[in-house]
Amino acid sequence: MHSVLFLVLRRMRLPLILLISSYAVSILGMSLVPGVDGNGNPTPGMSLFHAFYFVSYTATTIGFGEIPTVFSEAQRAWALVTIYMTVLVWLYSIGTILALLQDPAFRRVIKSSTFERAVRRLRQPFYIICGCGETGGLLMQALDNRNQQAVVLDIDPERIGELDLGQYHFDIPALTADVRLPENIVAAGLNHPSCAGVIALTNDDQANLAVAVAAKLLRPELPVLCRADRLETAGNMASFGTEEIVNAFEAFGEHLAMALHSPGQHLLYDWLTDIPGQPLSEPLRPPRGKWIICGYGRFGKAVVRNLRREGIELVIIEADPATTDCDDCIIGSGTEAHTLIEAGIKNAVGIVAGTDNDVNNLSIVMTARELEPELFMVLRQNRHANAPLFQRFGAAVTMQSADIVGHEFLSLLTTPLLSRFFVRCKERPDDWANELLSRIAAVIGDTVPEVWDVELSRENAVAIRQAMDLDMELTLHDLIRDPRDRDAYLPCIPLMLGNSEALLPDLETPLFPGDRILFCGDKDARGRQVLALRNLKVLNYLHSGTDSPGGWFWQWLARRPQSSPGSRLH
Amino acid sequence: MNLEKVVFGFFIILAMTLNFGFVIGELDNVAHHHVYELFAVVVVNLIATVLKFGERTQIGAIHLATSFVADLQLIAAAAVWAVAVHITDTGLTPPVMASIVSLAAGALMANVLSVIILIIETVLFHR
Repeated sequence: MHSVLFLVLRRMRLPLILLISSYAVSILGMSLVPGVDGNGNPTPGMSLFHAFYFVSYTATTIGFGEIPTVFSEAQRAWALVTIYMTVLVWLYSIGTILALLQDPAFRRVIKSSTFERAVRRLRQPFYIICGCGETGGLLMQALDNRNQQAVVLDIDPERIGELDLGQYHFDIPALTADVRLPENIVAAGLNHPSCAGVIALTNDDQANLAVAVAAKLLRPELPVLCRADRLETAGNMASFGTEEIVNAFEAFGEHLAMALHSPGQHLLYDWLTDIPGQPLSEPLRPPRGKWIICGYGRFGKAVVRNLRREGIELVIIEADPATTDCDDCIIGSGTEAHTLIEAGIKNAVGIVAGTDNDVNNLSIVMTARELEPELFMVLRQNRHANAPLFQRFGAAVTMQSADIVGHEFLSLLTTPLLSRFFVRCKERPDDWANELLSRIAAVIGDTVPEVWDVELSRENAVAIRQAMDLDMELTLHDLIRDPRDRDAYLPCIPLMLGNSEALLPDLETPLFPGDRILFCGDKDARGRQVLALRNLKVLNYLHSGTDSPGGWFWQWLARRPQSSPGSRLH
Repeated sequence: MNLEKVVFGFFIILAMTLNFGFVIGELDNVAHHHVYELFAVVVVNLIATVLKFGERTQIGAIHLATSFVADLQLIAAAAVWAVAVHITDTGLTPPVMASIVSLAAGALMANVLSVIILIIETVLFHR
């Protein structure tokens, strides 16, 4: 299996042979040495069985002392030899073997083989998550909440250790391993028939690239989702067919622009991609006017590109214009008041502190707040450890890569229809989004709704297919009625039809086999909807308001001419 | 010449020869089978087993398997002996002796196989 295991076995040879030999010598001697009986007469000595018994309790230092007759002097002499020989050898051998079992290399082998076994036994679809830092942790939590199995690889043993502390419904197999080595991804189940996709979100672009290459070569049909911090890496990944590449900086820039031109759309996106059950976020209303951008690195460039597209007037402050290709900017770090004043902070409406240094970013916004307290502040947070400082400051927007990448991946993974829903949404005016927002708040309440899609397939919705075989004409209406009382509705909203991509479909829309429908709603609503999808009786009640007879006797009774068609039978 | 190989071969062949020495004689005649011989066979077989630990080859695996078989049979034989003499009052009757010796004879087969494998391995190595 692994070379380490053989090495350990090999190293166990000497202690084991010593142990066997010392036992053999002691037992043999003990059985040869003459003894005495109760009256002082010489006897031929112990039998081998008694000698083995005596040596066993002596060598292990248990020291019973229960052999019935008194030892002869010769036996006492040999017992001394036995004690010093076997006890020492026993301690040495057992010590060595225990030390080998504690050997880090050996334990690693044990861990990786348990991991591989756990992965092999998975029967439901799972995702391989490479890198379980902040983004990975967020994603795992959310996948777990949505009943999706994951398998985790990370290079840092501490992070893998922290997984044990997390509260997950699933048992998540995790292994400390370098994802740049393809064998590790294969061990995590890349070739497993239930593998649903590979997600690479380490903070190392090269590692993510390596994962994408390995996955695309070994299982080309599997979707691969990658995080890329550099535009070049993103281009590289796209060139060999990586399905989804999330660049946190670019995504943030786009969202900021979206918040500027259509706040309602932005809030809708926020609500539908957040972790279900959390309180709903407040709308973001960035003002139009002059903005100051501090730092023209990867983040700054992405923000500038997207804000310019919105026609916003921008002033850039950059400490090192030569290396960042910034031709029209004010030189400085932005942490000093005079640079900010030079950039015209007095008539600016917003500021973006986007350097790659958290202390500098905080310093920039604190200085800016001194000068102009009403500014709209966008703050970039690089390290999770600094979170308390950023929360305390409370900027209008705090940008955290981990958060953004996590949300993007989540919507891509759990509800593929959702990303198409957002594409369609962008074609609608912002008022439409606001209307939908108030409807969501009214129907579902003040926590983040759950979003799910329903596929009317034979596996997922057996009752629907049965009903269609019986020529029942089902409409969307039937899916949102409450199984406990058909006159009430479940707290959920059908957002989009999968085939026609019609937004907010009419409730009288007829259903067809193979349809996909995107819903958002309460967690309970989803559970109760499943009842109707899987149970023909429930569906029939929702559709017609009658309880159909269950057993063959009641069915026969119902078929008799005198039984009225609308009678309720249980 | 390699000392490890010498020791390895020595124990495997010694296990076989001792085992043969114990088994030979009339099956149920107590006088033909000595308890110390069985003791020696058990000890040498255990050592031979440990020496086979950690061989990575397919042949090494078969080696280890034959050793385990021999150990199992010999320990069973020793256990029958101990039970007959010490735990029950049966004593070393001819039927008991016969079952002890047939168990040990089974172990002998495994030990012979082990030696054959050793020879095959050596021949292959020299080719």
